Amino acid sequence: MLNPDFETTVTSVYRTMYLIRRVEQEIIRLYPTDKIKSPVHLSIGQEAVAAAVCAHLTVRDVVFATYRGHAAYLAKGGDLNAMMAELYGKAGGCARGKGGSMHLVDASVGMVGTSAIVASAIPQAVGYAFAKKVRKRPGIVVNFFGEGATDEGAFHESMNFAALKALPILFVCENNSYAIYSRVEDRLAGPGLCARAEAYGIPARRIEGGGVLDLLDAAAEAIGAIRVGSGPRFLECETYRWHDHVGPGDDRQYRTGCEAELDSWIATDQVAALAERLDRTIGEAARRAVEQAVEIALAAAIDFAEDSPYPPEQEIFDHVFAQ
Amino acid sequence: MSSPNSDERVLTYAQAIAEAIQQEMARDPDVFVMGQGVDDAKGMYGTTLGLHEEFGADRNFDVPLAEDAMTGIGIGAALAGLRPIQVHQRMDFLLLCMNQLVNMAAKQSYMFSGAHAVPLVVRAVIGRSWGQGAQHSQAFHSYFMHVPGLKVVAPTTPHDVKGCLIAAIRDNNPVVFVEHRMLYGFKGIVPEEAYEVPFGQARRLTAGSDVTIVAISHMVVEALRAGHLLAERGIGAEVIDPVSLAPLDIATIAASVRRTRRLLVVDNGWLSCGASAEIVSQVVERLQGESTFRVKRLGYLATPCPTTRPLEQIFYPTSRSIALAAHELVHGAGAPTWTIAQDDPREIVEFKGPF
Ligand SMILES: Cc1ncc(C[n+]2csc(CCOP(=O)(O)OP(=O)(O)O)c2C)c(N)n1
Repeated sequence: MLNPDFETTVTSVYRTMYLIRRVEQEIIRLYPTDKIKSPVHLSIGQEAVAAAVCAHLTVRDVVFATYRGHAAYLAKGGDLNAMMAELYGKAGGCARGKGGSMHLVDASVGMVGTSAIVASAIPQAVGYAFAKKVRKRPGIVVNFFGEGATDEGAFHESMNFAALKALPILFVCENNSYAIYSRVEDRLAGPGLCARAEAYGIPARRIEGGGVLDLLDAAAEAIGAIRVGSGPRFLECETYRWHDHVGPGDDRQYRTGCEAELDSWIATDQVAALAERLDRTIGEAARRAVEQAVEIALAAAIDFAEDSPYPPEQEIFDHVFAQ
Repeated sequence: MSSPNSDERVLTYAQAIAEAIQQEMARDPDVFVMGQGVDDAKGMYGTTLGLHEEFGADRNFDVPLAEDAMTGIGIGAALAGLRPIQVHQRMDFLLLCMNQLVNMAAKQSYMFSGAHAVPLVVRAVIGRSWGQGAQHSQAFHSYFMHVPGLKVVAPTTPHDVKGCLIAAIRDNNPVVFVEHRMLYGFKGIVPEEAYEVPFGQARRLTAGSDVTIVAISHMVVEALRAGHLLAERGIGAEVIDPVSLAPLDIATIAASVRRTRRLLVVDNGWLSCGASAEIVSQVVERLQGESTFRVKRLGYLATPCPTTRPLEQIFYPTSRSIALAAHELVHGAGAPTWTIAQDDPREIVEFKGPF
């Protein structure tokens, strides 16, 4: 028996995942042209996490993310044209070419920002949640980061404060098993990532296998609890990146022994899995229409980026200080 | 080049670093390497490849992402007699190590009146942005030059990088070792045996009587290019590489300025309170009253580093901007304008990683 509201959500999650996948595939296609003169950290393989979590957010909720931020930006509703232009370093970019791929921002939809210093946005996200609480503003804060970030002192210090003040924040740890080429087991002592949050009294849940419906469900529960004021929650989302840590390449040669692991994640690709599900629920024609709309928007975004001018030289001095 | 013999062995800057570490680890079992990714397949731009195979996993190992504590752990190990070499893929990450380096490492000898020594080498990689933006392209050598108890070196040639690294490893003090990523592929003659390049001795790379150009790290390469441009206009530039920034060999620089009466300092960093400010003030203190001279500084523009190419290109000094500044020092601002075509150097045009 189908729940129409749920199916609408699933369709919109599919749209988001398909969008992220296709945007990044286009980045890979464009990269050899050298029009994107900047490092890109792709999320292909990890789309389900941002798409499922952000499906439960509204424009009053805010997101902090990392240099691997395309997925969170798009899932939060960040402007696609502005993102492509930012990658091209153009004046039409979301940071007028000053940020690049690692520093996407769209304040109008609550995409507050992204940092390229591992774990450095975690305390900021907590601070934002603190402000929301003391000013009694609606909405919650969601903070995406990799499992590597949980090694940092700033992560632990922030968990403690978030728990101490019962702040409205969801920590979403995307555990893709790697920090660059370094495996999580080689860096992580103790019983696991959830224990790192539980140590501070933060309820934590691990979602294995990367299934988008499992993620949707876990995010709904955690976000629901935060919205009624029960304090922070932590989700460890098992996932996998298919490409190199940075750049469009494949890093099988550097991740020794990961062949089978990568192949098994590709075999359970959530974009394909959700497409099949939609074919059974809304039908193939409707699913293709969703994809077609994304393709049109994507082609338009690339044209927008191509046509946008570079910022003029004098802009280099703008915004060193806020007005 | 003539036929290679043993004293004319050519290595890249990265190979020279790798050789220095390998030789010191073979010589002294207390020397070890710790850092994010040092034992991965890329081996920190090739500089740490093979070390764990040769010396074991206890002497070249990956660490959790925990710069603050890892720096302190290195200091603790050094207090106990080990000689750690720590590696940071970006100098930007050293901001997370600041407390341990400044409050702890730099103070151990003095605060305990010589009871302790911290023989620690902190390798910090700097770069030219290539769209890496505000948080992945900063050079903070001046922050560390400010602190008594820390030594700071930024060698430019393969020869100097090997000798300075060996000197740093053998030094009983914390040394911040600055490596510019764009130098890694540069080749030069590097003796095979281990040798030290002592700190506090600047290198005069070219002789000239019209202007002294002091340049830091990769800016030395740009200054040498500028020297060729200036020669075409009949201007003789004396290019000096300080090599070591703390201690700083101000005598060599001042002696040159006494002759040329013109000083241009080109930093691979911001000007305000930077290495260039320090160099100029020390020269002024030495030469004031005895000699009059003109001064100019070039460095990063006073903004964070933007990612987009057209803005990034004006953010950094180039051979062209260096040549123009030197020309102006020699001929004055009223001199006929000199148009030099923008010529992007190969290492900058071709750089697209690795990161
Ligand atoms: C403080 C700091 N240390 C090191 C780095 C270099 N670095 C960039 S990404 C990364 C790996 C982070 O892994 P993880 O947090 O799991 O996120 P992922 O890249 O897998 O999304 C490292 C070590 C950095 N950017 N900042």
